[in-house]
Amino acid sequence: MTELPKRDYKKSDFNSSRDVKWCPGCGDYAILAAVQKAMAELGRPKENQVVVSGIGCSSRFPAYMDTFGFHSLHGRAPTVATGVKVANPDLDVWIVTGDGDGFSIGGNHIMHAFRRNLDCVILLFNNRIYGLTKGQYSPTSETEKVTKSSPYGSIDAPINPLQVAIASNASFVARTYDINPKHMVETFKAARLHKGVSFVEIFQNCVIFNDGAFDDVIDRKVRADSTLELQAGEPMIFGAEKEKCIVLDGFNPIVKNLSDVSEDQIAKHDPENVHASQLLAHFANELPTPMGVIRKVDRPTYDGAVNAQVDEVVNKKGKGSLNELFRGKAAWTVD
Amino acid sequence: MNAPIETISIDNAVIRFCGDSGDGMQLTGNQFTDTSAIAGNDISTFPDFPAEIRAPAGTTSGVSGFQVNFSSNAVETPGDQPDALVAMNAAAYKINIEDLKKGGVLIVNSDSFGKIDLRKAGYESNPLEDNIALNEEYEVYEVPMTSLVQEALKDVELKPANKKRCKNFFALGLMYWVYDRPLSHSEDWVKNKFKGKDLLIEANTKALHAGYNYGETCEIFNSRFNIEKTEMEKGLYRQVTGNTALAYGLITGAQKANLDLLYATYPITPASDILHELAAHKNFGVKTVQAEDEIASIGIALGASYAGSLGVTASSGPGICLKTEFMGLALITELPLVIVDVQRGGPSTGLPTKTEQSDLLLALYGRNGEGPVPVIAAKSPVDCFEAAYEASRIALEFMTPVILLSDGYIANSSDLWKIPNAEDIADIPVKFKTELDGQYLPYKRDAEKLSREWVKPGTPDLQHLLTGLEKDEAGNICYDAKNHSDMCKARQAKVDAVAKTYPKTEIYGKGSGKVLVIGWGGTFGNLHTAVTEIQKETDDISYVHLRYINPLPNDLGDIISQFDEIVVPELNLGQLVKVIRDKYVVDAKSINKIEGKPFKVAEMIEQLKSFL
Repeated sequence: MTELPKRDYKKSDFNSSRDVKWCPGCGDYAILAAVQKAMAELGRPKENQVVVSGIGCSSRFPAYMDTFGFHSLHGRAPTVATGVKVANPDLDVWIVTGDGDGFSIGGNHIMHAFRRNLDCVILLFNNRIYGLTKGQYSPTSETEKVTKSSPYGSIDAPINPLQVAIASNASFVARTYDINPKHMVETFKAARLHKGVSFVEIFQNCVIFNDGAFDDVIDRKVRADSTLELQAGEPMIFGAEKEKCIVLDGFNPIVKNLSDVSEDQIAKHDPENVHASQLLAHFANELPTPMGVIRKVDRPTYDGAVNAQVDEVVNKKGKGSLNELFRGKAAWTVD
Repeated sequence: MNAPIETISIDNAVIRFCGDSGDGMQLTGNQFTDTSAIAGNDISTFPDFPAEIRAPAGTTSGVSGFQVNFSSNAVETPGDQPDALVAMNAAAYKINIEDLKKGGVLIVNSDSFGKIDLRKAGYESNPLEDNIALNEEYEVYEVPMTSLVQEALKDVELKPANKKRCKNFFALGLMYWVYDRPLSHSEDWVKNKFKGKDLLIEANTKALHAGYNYGETCEIFNSRFNIEKTEMEKGLYRQVTGNTALAYGLITGAQKANLDLLYATYPITPASDILHELAAHKNFGVKTVQAEDEIASIGIALGASYAGSLGVTASSGPGICLKTEFMGLALITELPLVIVDVQRGGPSTGLPTKTEQSDLLLALYGRNGEGPVPVIAAKSPVDCFEAAYEASRIALEFMTPVILLSDGYIANSSDLWKIPNAEDIADIPVKFKTELDGQYLPYKRDAEKLSREWVKPGTPDLQHLLTGLEKDEAGNICYDAKNHSDMCKARQAKVDAVAKTYPKTEIYGKGSGKVLVIGWGGTFGNLHTAVTEIQKETDDISYVHLRYINPLPNDLGDIISQFDEIVVPELNLGQLVKVIRDKYVVDAKSINKIEGKPFKVAEMIEQLKSFL
């Protein structure tokens, strides 16, 4: 695929004329704006942008984009996206999914999109609740959560999407959050520019059914101490005064005061190191929540490989002839 | 010394090879079939094998069989009953002996009737010894094949177990002698198959000759048979199975539409061979995706169609159930898609390797909401080619998912294919919309076909939304009552319009009269043969075989009205008959069989005659 010249777009060029029908205050608005801004800044041909979604609040996303959009079936967006991208690898495929869509009903497909390394961006709008069905617990909801379907508390243990992505060999894994537009735009752009499957978990607030679900991590008052902004090659330092850091004690990451350690003791972020990626995905509780690009490695894409194999066989055997196909190896003539 | 062996000329013969599933019976049967076809006979085959790849050796659950009917006349079925049965072990004998025609030839590998073999087969004593009646009913030949092969291969440096494996070629050679067939095709096949493995070439060739020579020299056989060449139209011929023909039809459909073919599927019996075939033909621009599951495979195929390829998926009943939600999405977004259902015995996992026609109602109605989808059926192995091409045509011309019904019987069976010239096959015109002219309305319909325009992602200015939600002509999500009613009716009208493109329905027999038999799908060979037989005595019976089941042909109502009695034979408990009764409000009668096996000509003649 040749790189196309960058086009001049405004964010509004990606706005469809349709009224946006998410609840007032929903985190989805900010994500929509950030995706449109990222697309405008990247300047890739608008007609090549294909947004495929499943079912759920977040999956209404393609309706609000002035791009090609396919609002498909619950959990199945990765399958449609796979067909699109394999049929035409020149397209920029975006998958929009939610925690229920992507990790409950569609868990099987997302895992296979990861392992195949389908060249696409997968945006997970994780609000840890079922919104469109009006408030049941989701596969990322915390245990004991009280919802309409769990009045005595949910007994389900939550799944960690980043761990699933890394375990399934996703080649790009990142996390961002809906109240930081700049962070989202940069993360989405990096995801788009990565060749391969780019998985971005977005902490997204559901103002109606799970308001403040991520406040303990991303609220301005606590964010500096509870998140870890990752930069490839840089030491893992965080805190309101940049006074804390991550140190590895054997296999255990621990938080230390910067003043207590020497510089070479501080863990450096290496997005290609699978062990480090797994550790970061697991960060919770006393460890800060990682934000930014957690993992980025290069490996062949599925869509590229499918098409390369076709080209290879055409080169080797020549373009197929139907008459030769019909005859096969054992035809005979009756005179 | 016996009298010289007499060679008897006969019109046709049905033979069956049966043995353990590891004995290579499918291969042996295919070799015999190829040789017979090349020798100039018309052929029809029926492989019958267990779902278990290697059930415990020597047990009845592991018995695999292959039947071939070869003739100096045209044949349409693999034959009701074998004239000759080759049983490689006691279990195979037990499973198959009932089917052998009285007076038929029975050849058994007597080395596989030892104590252990008998116990595995569930015999307390040797049925060959116990059964005095056996020799009265059949021409029985006990041949110690295993030891004869060991002896023939004593100078070949192979392990005894490997030598033993050549016994199917001994059986093949022997049958070549009995039916006076040349060895050359199988000799060439062995050379090709085992290229570079000289010992295996030597062993199999020797076993083949040993079998042939055994017939020639052992002097136990009373007679051998000769079957003259079939009078056939000039042209190029080959043997083809339904699944192979179906794969070729899909490739042809895509090529004639100038599109890439994307075939996404999940392995399932008896549809997997279509994938195997297509995966080998990537030089036709065929992309094959072995998806993570059934749902994914139809989603991937639909995504490919959306992006401008011909998307195709296939499965059998259990997988088709899983695909139904996506069929709804395909029909409401009005994208072309071919869904192949190679039917097998159901419900649930059912009978994976056995045939049935019991998915018809699933295909016709198995979707939520008003979900009309064209449904067509293939009638024979060779016909799978045309049916697949036709399914592609309808899908592309009408922008709709199409269900193509095949079945386990025609999928694995083969018959003789008079190979068409590719240039004689019509193009399928496909036109993508590429320019914006005024307002773009994704669901604006063609006046005649009522189909919408196809726009590939990547086309400037034609960005649009597809959704499984109800929408208006502009593609906007729309829950308006009248809009929904109009859209449901428009989608139905579009599918109904497909019938305008059908050829005239062919009637075998008179256009009016007493009994009209209506068949569909893979029962054609047996029904047509049965009706033709009855027609030799009376012209009170006529026959229509349906390719198109949804929508039904526009002329079918008139045809039905010309007959006193409508009879619908099916391999289910009565599915097409329901549709016929419903659509034409006639008291159609049903003939059913639900045994995992095709109809037999004889039973069909008997049952049809009861209506005369």
